[in-house]
Amino acid sequence: MENLMLIGKPVIAGRASGMALVSDQPLSFWGGYDWKSGEITDRRHPLSGMNAKDKILAVPFTRGSSTTTAVLLESIRAGTAPVAIITTATDFFFALASVVAGELYEKSFPLVALSDSNFSLLKNGDQIEILESGNLIVHSP
Amino acid sequence: MTLTLSDKDHEMLTGAHGAAAKMAMSILVRMAEISGAKELLDISGAHIDSTVYIGDAGLEFAERLASLGAKVSVPTTLNVSGLDEHHWKEWAVPPEWARQAQRQMTAYQSMGTIPTWTCAPYQTEMRPVFGQQIAWGESNAIVFANSVIGARTERYPDLFDVCCAITGRAPAIGLHLTENRAGKLLLNLKDIPEALQVSDDFYPVLGHFLGKAAHNMIPVIAGMKIIPNEDQLKALGAGAASSGAVALFHMVGITPEAPTIEAAFQGNKPQETSAITMEMLRQARRELTHTDNARLDMIVLGSPHFSLAEFKKLAPLVAGKKKNARVKFLVTSSRAMAQLAQQAGFLEHIQEFGAQLTVDTCILTTPMLPKEIEFLMTNSAKFAYYAPGLLDKKITFGSLADCVNSAIAGDIVRDETLWKT
Repeated sequence: MENLMLIGKPVIAGRASGMALVSDQPLSFWGGYDWKSGEITDRRHPLSGMNAKDKILAVPFTRGSSTTTAVLLESIRAGTAPVAIITTATDFFFALASVVAGELYEKSFPLVALSDSNFSLLKNGDQIEILESGNLIVHSP
Repeated sequence: MTLTLSDKDHEMLTGAHGAAAKMAMSILVRMAEISGAKELLDISGAHIDSTVYIGDAGLEFAERLASLGAKVSVPTTLNVSGLDEHHWKEWAVPPEWARQAQRQMTAYQSMGTIPTWTCAPYQTEMRPVFGQQIAWGESNAIVFANSVIGARTERYPDLFDVCCAITGRAPAIGLHLTENRAGKLLLNLKDIPEALQVSDDFYPVLGHFLGKAAHNMIPVIAGMKIIPNEDQLKALGAGAASSGAVALFHMVGITPEAPTIEAAFQGNKPQETSAITMEMLRQARRELTHTDNARLDMIVLGSPHFSLAEFKKLAPLVAGKKKNARVKFLVTSSRAMAQLAQQAGFLEHIQEFGAQLTVDTCILTTPMLPKEIEFLMTNSAKFAYYAPGLLDKKITFGSLADCVNSAIAGDIVRDETLWKT
């Protein structure tokens, strides 16, 4: 069991903890995320078939459709969203979903940006704790 | 770095211009701060992608703004809706979905928008001009506006486009600013035959490749032997914005900000340079097909929405022929473009062939396809990319002629000649 502290930037500040779902491939939520269940459905994505509900999702950035934000908002309302998202730079699409979920439902979620090198240290199955500062405590099983 | 707001921005933020402008401006300001913007800038056009009905949250957002009296302050076009209002009953659209999608359409129409209902707003009268500051949603429209026209929009998501449209403002970030529009990645076409470059199926494949190769850099394509037409560039952009996050590409000697390689990079050196080979394109073409079954249930064309020129190209391919009775053949377009195609006499040939037309929406944004339709074929990289995940359907990519020939044959046939060389 190894604990790692990583410095992150709090794009949307907040606390969260959960198991990490990690990929170095960008993801579109439209056509890539089933908001009714939380399953990742992009059949060309390495995380296809995994469920991100209540997990911490780590993908470098959003690709594809403008509708990603709307799909993420639906999943927040339905209770099938990740508890937090980690990216490699400020991701406008994810950030907007958190801001609008705060405005409509008082349900914003933390969003953290890591450097490329810190991001590359994350692994599927890590237990991650996100601190208010944007820093992460990573427990690798 | 802090955000400086104008007096009018402050007024909107405090509610002096109404409750809807206050909500829109508060979201805009929050996002501008998150993006590190120093100020907001004026826009003179918007395109709202949020019209696509997904579920209750998006509808609640639209109806909240509408109930607060939201009105757009700049000319604003609307993206595809969740419903073909006149023809949805001919398909498998559940009535409850239709009712909700219609409510979302009504909410956005109530804001004083132009009901274009198309994902190709750049092929309407509302086409922006070079250098124009706009706020657009819809990934294929964003990349076309930036790359082919030289208008300026950041890659905006649903729910934000409408906030810009209401306030007439956007954060001064990203592709709104000249210095951020320089190319970063140089991609040289290497030994790609002219005969392939002329062919319409080259562009979706190149786009699909480009989206993945570009990662998060602005790509510059060099080495074209021909000048592609507008619909070919549209297909390229849509492919790149599906497989990747491309919001702007340059094509040397063709797109307006790239008269030369130097101009495309604004005098800087590329961060990376690589070649695009036939083998890479063959691989990209293989990735667009998501089955090895030759069974065919339906041809789907029109993502992005079919233009008049595309109807004109399809008409002689199908004139005097009949599709196989077992196979459906669908073209999606806007109602305005369909009307023009009708007047020009193109639709007659297409309908006699046995094809159907759906307007204002497409197979990805309305649940129109019945369960028994399992195997699709398309000439669109965007349909090819999204159909497996969104619709749980198998899909094969081919040229427009491949799609017509397959519809006649009743199963999938593709001409491999151009891809072998």
